[in-house]
Amino acid sequence: MEIVVLVKQVPDTESLIEIAGDGVSIKTQDIKWVMNPYDELAVEEALQIREAQGGAVTVISMGPQKALETIRTALAMGADKGVHINDPAAEGSDALATAKILSAALKETPFDLIIAGHRAVDEDNYQVASAVAEYLGIPQVSMVVKAELLDGKIRCHRTIEGGTVVVEAGLPALFTTQRGLNEPRYASLPGIMKAKKKPVDVKTIADLGIDPSTVGQANRKVKIKGMKLPPDRQAVRMIDGESSQEKAAELIKVLHEEIKII
Amino acid sequence: MAQGVFVITEQRDGAFRKVSFEAVSEGRRVADGLGADLTTVVVGSGIEGIAGELKKYGPDKILVADDTALADYTTDAYTNVLADLIQSTDPAVIILGATVQGKDLSARLAARLDAGLAMDCTAIKLGDGNLTFTRPMFGGKIFADVEIESSLQIVAIRPNVMDITEASKDCTVESPAVQVGDVKTTVAGKSMDTGDKIELTEADIIVSGGRGSGGEFGTIEELAAALGGAVGASRSAVDEGWRPHSDQVGQTGKVVSPMLYVACGISGAIQHLAGMSTSKYIVAINKDPEAPIFSKADFGIVGDLFEVVPALSEEVKKIKS
Repeated sequence: MEIVVLVKQVPDTESLIEIAGDGVSIKTQDIKWVMNPYDELAVEEALQIREAQGGAVTVISMGPQKALETIRTALAMGADKGVHINDPAAEGSDALATAKILSAALKETPFDLIIAGHRAVDEDNYQVASAVAEYLGIPQVSMVVKAELLDGKIRCHRTIEGGTVVVEAGLPALFTTQRGLNEPRYASLPGIMKAKKKPVDVKTIADLGIDPSTVGQANRKVKIKGMKLPPDRQAVRMIDGESSQEKAAELIKVLHEEIKII
Repeated sequence: MAQGVFVITEQRDGAFRKVSFEAVSEGRRVADGLGADLTTVVVGSGIEGIAGELKKYGPDKILVADDTALADYTTDAYTNVLADLIQSTDPAVIILGATVQGKDLSARLAARLDAGLAMDCTAIKLGDGNLTFTRPMFGGKIFADVEIESSLQIVAIRPNVMDITEASKDCTVESPAVQVGDVKTTVAGKSMDTGDKIELTEADIIVSGGRGSGGEFGTIEELAAALGGAVGASRSAVDEGWRPHSDQVGQTGKVVSPMLYVACGISGAIQHLAGMSTSKYIVAINKDPEAPIFSKADFGIVGDLFEVVPALSEEVKKIKS
């Protein structure tokens, strides 16, 4: 079983995000960069499938030099090899352009199964994995909490609002992860040592046959015109009282009579 | 030249998801702003009877894509059918709800149709013939204004944010022939939560518990029931195994926008605040007066949630009785 995992380096979810001087990007200097949490689930699932079925796990990531850290993390967890698409011309690509580049890399990589996070917790586009599946002409199943390999197909339990649906797709296929799928392992020290010797292919977009005038910041279909912080709320109104009962009565009175939402 | 607004509605078992009405209402507003027609589509099996429910939100045309192969959502069947209908209608703007289904479908459609997609938008602004979409990024820590520079624009709107507005229009209903085409996925089963559990992303009221609950969610469930709301949880409550993953609110869980969010024993970690900051009103109950949650709340009570929350339930029951 050849499994490819798509990973992305993103700001840690505990990071404070601030808007940069240009007004359309974020300040990056004080951020702690980590593997997208949903991609950790994808790496773990790929490793578990390999452990059960045999085969190899390849991780592919597009990003600047720093993104190599995330590829190394996946290798330290146990993935076999990495592909790092590192090209300044690709920087700032929107979801469709990113998917075009990743699918070009996938055309050079054998795969039976592709696993990716259902979204990256930076731009929250929920889009790249679906677009990769479309460009490769393979089926997709999103937000999966349980995956079972059957003869030539994969059976996925996907979360929907208020329940789960079981979807089967013939291989090759792509699915995206949702929390609940597994508990990602930590990289062990021997794993980290071994990862340093594992192969990582570095590719430019020219290597992948991508025309630079179709990707990157300048060619986004979805252009960011401005960023703002969430609107500030008015200062909190503390509800005081002699007892919990008094405070509770006062709050419910406010919500009922003043705000009129209950 | 592409023109017109095209709204993809969502129904499940013959009932529209509420966001469908939000999408049609927003579609009407955008169509009026652009001086264009509004076409809406209902997709499913045996759904002709419900199509008329959309009329009161003012579409010019309702398309009914009815086929037994569309009974359950699959990405490939729905994408094939909708891509055909979109190509024959040739709209400039597509609007749909950013539900689990809508996110999956819109992403595949965007790639198929080579269209820019603004995901999970909280506002659509009409400018001088162009549209600006506001969308949260970084789990709601940032709101970005984006514009789409492709002849077809797709916008998926966050459920529970935009208004439902009625409008009166002469409306035609058509049932075009549909081609389901090549389908590589099948739905092999479904398991829905029993009872009348309210979905977090659609709830008007959410009562959430965090580490401060110590895993005792009984009083929180009781308050949610008294208010007719849903129960949510912080990441630490989920990591402790006190609540299922599907209850998690935050940057790595669900992003919610209820009218009222009641945070009980939740300190207010930045990744939790990101998931609920678009709530209309936020109430925080915490025994630590310095908890960061109070800086994001409209109303706060410092106290023991095991005393305050049951007292709130009692007061709510008094009002409702």
